[in-house]
Amino acid sequence: MTEPTTPCDEHGPASVLENQPVIVEVRNVNKSYLRGSHIIPVLRDIRFDIREGEFLALMGPSGSGKSTLLNLIAGIDKVDSGSIVIGGVDITALDETQLAHWRATHVGFIFQFYNLIPVLTAFENVELPLQLTGLSRAERREHVEMALRVVNLSHRMDHYPAQLSGGEQQRVAIARAVVTDPTILVADEPTGDLDRASAREIMSLMCRLNRESGKTIIMVTHDPKAAEAAQVIRHLDKGYLNHAHP
Amino acid sequence: MRILKLFFRNAFRHKLRTGLTILGITIAILAFGMLRTMVNAWYAGVEASSANRLVIRNAISLVFPLPLAYKDKIRQVGGVTLVSWGNWFGGVYIEEKNFFPNFAVEPRSFLALYPEYLISDLQRSSFLSDRRGAVAGKKVADKFGWKVGDTVTLKGTIFPGNWEFTIRGIYRGKDRSVDETQFFFHWDYLDETMKKTTPRRAGQAGYYIIGISNPNLAGEVSAAIDATFKNSLAETLTETEKAFQMSFVSMTEAILIAIQLVSIVIIVIIMAVVANTMAMTARERIGEYAVFKTLGFGGWFIAGLIFGESLFISLLGTAIGIGLTFPVAAAFADYLGTYFPIFFVERTTIFMDLAAGVLVGFVAALFPTWRAVRIRIADGLRRIG
Amino acid sequence: MKVPVSYSFRNLWTRRLTTILTAAGMALVVFVFASILMLAEGLQQTLVDTGSWDNVVLIRKGSQSEVQSGIERLQASVLETQPEVAVGEGGRPVLAKEVVVLISLAKRGTDKPSNVIIRGVNEQSLAMRPQVRLLEGRMPRRGSAEILAGESVARRFAGAGIGETLRFGTRDWTVVGIFDAGSTGFSSEIWGDADQLMQTFRRQAFSSVIFKLSDPSAFDAFKARVESDPRLTVEAKRETRFYADQSEMMAKFLRILGLSLTIIFSLGAVIGAMITMYAAVANRTAEIGTLRALGFQRRSILAAFLLESLLLGLIGGAAGLFFASFLQLLTISTLNFQTFSELAFSFSLTFGIVWQALAFSLVMGFVGGVLPALRASRMQIVDALRTG
Repeated sequence: MTEPTTPCDEHGPASVLENQPVIVEVRNVNKSYLRGSHIIPVLRDIRFDIREGEFLALMGPSGSGKSTLLNLIAGIDKVDSGSIVIGGVDITALDETQLAHWRATHVGFIFQFYNLIPVLTAFENVELPLQLTGLSRAERREHVEMALRVVNLSHRMDHYPAQLSGGEQQRVAIARAVVTDPTILVADEPTGDLDRASAREIMSLMCRLNRESGKTIIMVTHDPKAAEAAQVIRHLDKGYLNHAHP
Repeated sequence: MRILKLFFRNAFRHKLRTGLTILGITIAILAFGMLRTMVNAWYAGVEASSANRLVIRNAISLVFPLPLAYKDKIRQVGGVTLVSWGNWFGGVYIEEKNFFPNFAVEPRSFLALYPEYLISDLQRSSFLSDRRGAVAGKKVADKFGWKVGDTVTLKGTIFPGNWEFTIRGIYRGKDRSVDETQFFFHWDYLDETMKKTTPRRAGQAGYYIIGISNPNLAGEVSAAIDATFKNSLAETLTETEKAFQMSFVSMTEAILIAIQLVSIVIIVIIMAVVANTMAMTARERIGEYAVFKTLGFGGWFIAGLIFGESLFISLLGTAIGIGLTFPVAAAFADYLGTYFPIFFVERTTIFMDLAAGVLVGFVAALFPTWRAVRIRIADGLRRIG
Repeated sequence: MKVPVSYSFRNLWTRRLTTILTAAGMALVVFVFASILMLAEGLQQTLVDTGSWDNVVLIRKGSQSEVQSGIERLQASVLETQPEVAVGEGGRPVLAKEVVVLISLAKRGTDKPSNVIIRGVNEQSLAMRPQVRLLEGRMPRRGSAEILAGESVARRFAGAGIGETLRFGTRDWTVVGIFDAGSTGFSSEIWGDADQLMQTFRRQAFSSVIFKLSDPSAFDAFKARVESDPRLTVEAKRETRFYADQSEMMAKFLRILGLSLTIIFSLGAVIGAMITMYAAVANRTAEIGTLRALGFQRRSILAAFLLESLLLGLIGGAAGLFFASFLQLLTISTLNFQTFSELAFSFSLTFGIVWQALAFSLVMGFVGGVLPALRASRMQIVDALRTG
């Protein structure tokens, strides 16, 4: 059976997923919110795996729980029941301090609205996650410059976010996301605030990261063009996960 | 009424911020009012002065006495109706911090000159007939629990020794501007004792207080008296009671000026705080103001919104502050009773409080209004969401 | 703290207007706080300098100041013969019998009168007060109506300048010299010949007796003996203690008034800081969520915001101190309640006051910022990100 071509394929072939180890195991995850006195279930008994090097898109209508699922995998929200094991570590069993520590080295974030710190330059924004490691100033500088080179923004490293365009800001955000060489990259509507051209740029960048560097990417989107880049698409509807395709 | 409701709702959109701002204003107005009341208290003696009384003292300074023999010459000066004399005794009751003013006075003339000290006829005659009797003001009597008939001992500082007195009367002030913390006894008792212990100090009065028939005669009478004793051993300085009291106030002028300056400082501080709040609030609502503009409302409307809210917050805080000033002042009056015998909140103080509140609310709204009115609709709308 | 310090600094800079307003409020508070401490310190210095540890001052028992006191000639003679009195040149006791009275003088430029101390001295007086030196002119001739004026009095009172004449006690007194007494209380005094002044004022008794101890440690024994001697009705104090006591009431009054004012003001400034910091937290909710998502711990967020408000306090404190330091150019003159006479002193800035003022500003910054900072640190990540 031939693999269907995705826009990412121009960056090289996707990993053959069956041969890759499972890096994220989601088992029996449930999550509900309390609104007033009502309990609203958001995720019901979610169970699936993500393999190393996979580019996964989570899609679904508004309110389907896809962002919630992303947040749980990223370790910024807590499950009501179930477990999530990433790289052998059950993150649902970690306390807040340990979780924060884990996130610093294992997760890279890409947000819809870039979420750069306005008072820090592009360089300093990318350097932020490295402040949590034990690297020396010179070592941090090396990593930051490398990350900025990857996203092609070395010439703008001393600019503040306000001086950059939307596309450029998202690229800085991506540089920040990869600078610690994390286990997974999570992206929540990464192209949601961008025009067509910038969106294509960003998707191309993410493709490169996935194909050339083998990064595992989990992306929430409702943009079908963005979803085209993904290898695996999973749909959520009313809190239930449908089977994956292709 | 609806517009007030609008201001109220807008102001309390941010409960914590508005609540804190109001708290700050309350504290500032309270402090301002208390400081003004303290300044007024300082001038209490001046305010209580009568235009019909003159004070005569030794021209060198109050520290030097005047011979008792002067009383006859003084009485003969035209316009003089009553002549009284006395000494600041400065006695200590048990310990120095129990301070209250105490005087040796010529009792009959003194009570005649000070009709605002109300005392019952019985107590008056009882006092006049007891050489060692004393009369105390209601405030100081209450403070130490003295009753008519009690014995009170004062340790002399200027006139050494332990002096025993029997309380024969307790006076009330005619109105609240009268000092009710004074203690006075017979001058003759002081003089007698001096004749026995230090004769050269007998026959000396610390000051004279005289009554004149007409306030307009004050200048004439003063000049006449001082001329009478010019080039004698003890030259006199005669002035109105008001001028005499003022001289004490002016000696501590520096402190008064400092307190007045400081009361302005507190208003400036709170102005900065409220200005900060309004600046933040206006900045957040720039989008809304732009929307108003698109709907056709002009700059004046927006200015009205901001000024209205600012004044609303400020006056609310001011009202609470004014309300609290009374109980706090009463507590202060109890605590500092003898240092500030007259301590009450005057009407002018309340007006000044209100003025301060309005000023703060107004100034705080200036810059945010200027910024908001100038914004172009497009820029403003961009800031929403 | 892992969040870079520049984060806190630059956020203050970005919201300049708010930062300036809030810091200005704190600066005013620190200004008032520092000026009160400086005033009390200046008062203390003036009165403490006014006195030597080796000198003893005797006044009548029960009197609170020299002005109220009276020591009869007989008693003064008894004191002169005490063994503890140091012996100076020519075998004479280093002891002065002084008379102290107040005269009412008008200030230059206004008509407002104030009470000034006139001290009748003799030769020993000057010897016992090394802080006093002749600045201009000469010493008064014995037996004449010539007087010396303290530098502060000469400057501020009409008729007290060199060559000018004061009239009191039906005589004219000419100022033939000005003396400099540093920051001591003597600067606010006029000195003249004791005998002349006593004659003029018709005083038979001295006000005080001051002498130098031959052995500084002999004071306690001396005091005990002299205060229980039936011939004498005096009280003895070391000169330094004597002058310190004279300012006690004044210093206490200033301190209480000052500190209560400062506390009230600081409430206003702290509220201002709180409002500012709460707003800062509210506006940067998305940032806080982002930092937490990236892996910064709650305590790092807390520290970053607390640092911001501490910096606010520090900026205000430094500004307030800066302006307060200019107060050192001013001299305050007011009535000392205890001696009923004019006293001039100035503001004195010491390192101790600098530290206290800065510490106070940091406390204000802390109190103003701690609750908002806690709120920032306690946010749930998903809620914070959602708000952005």
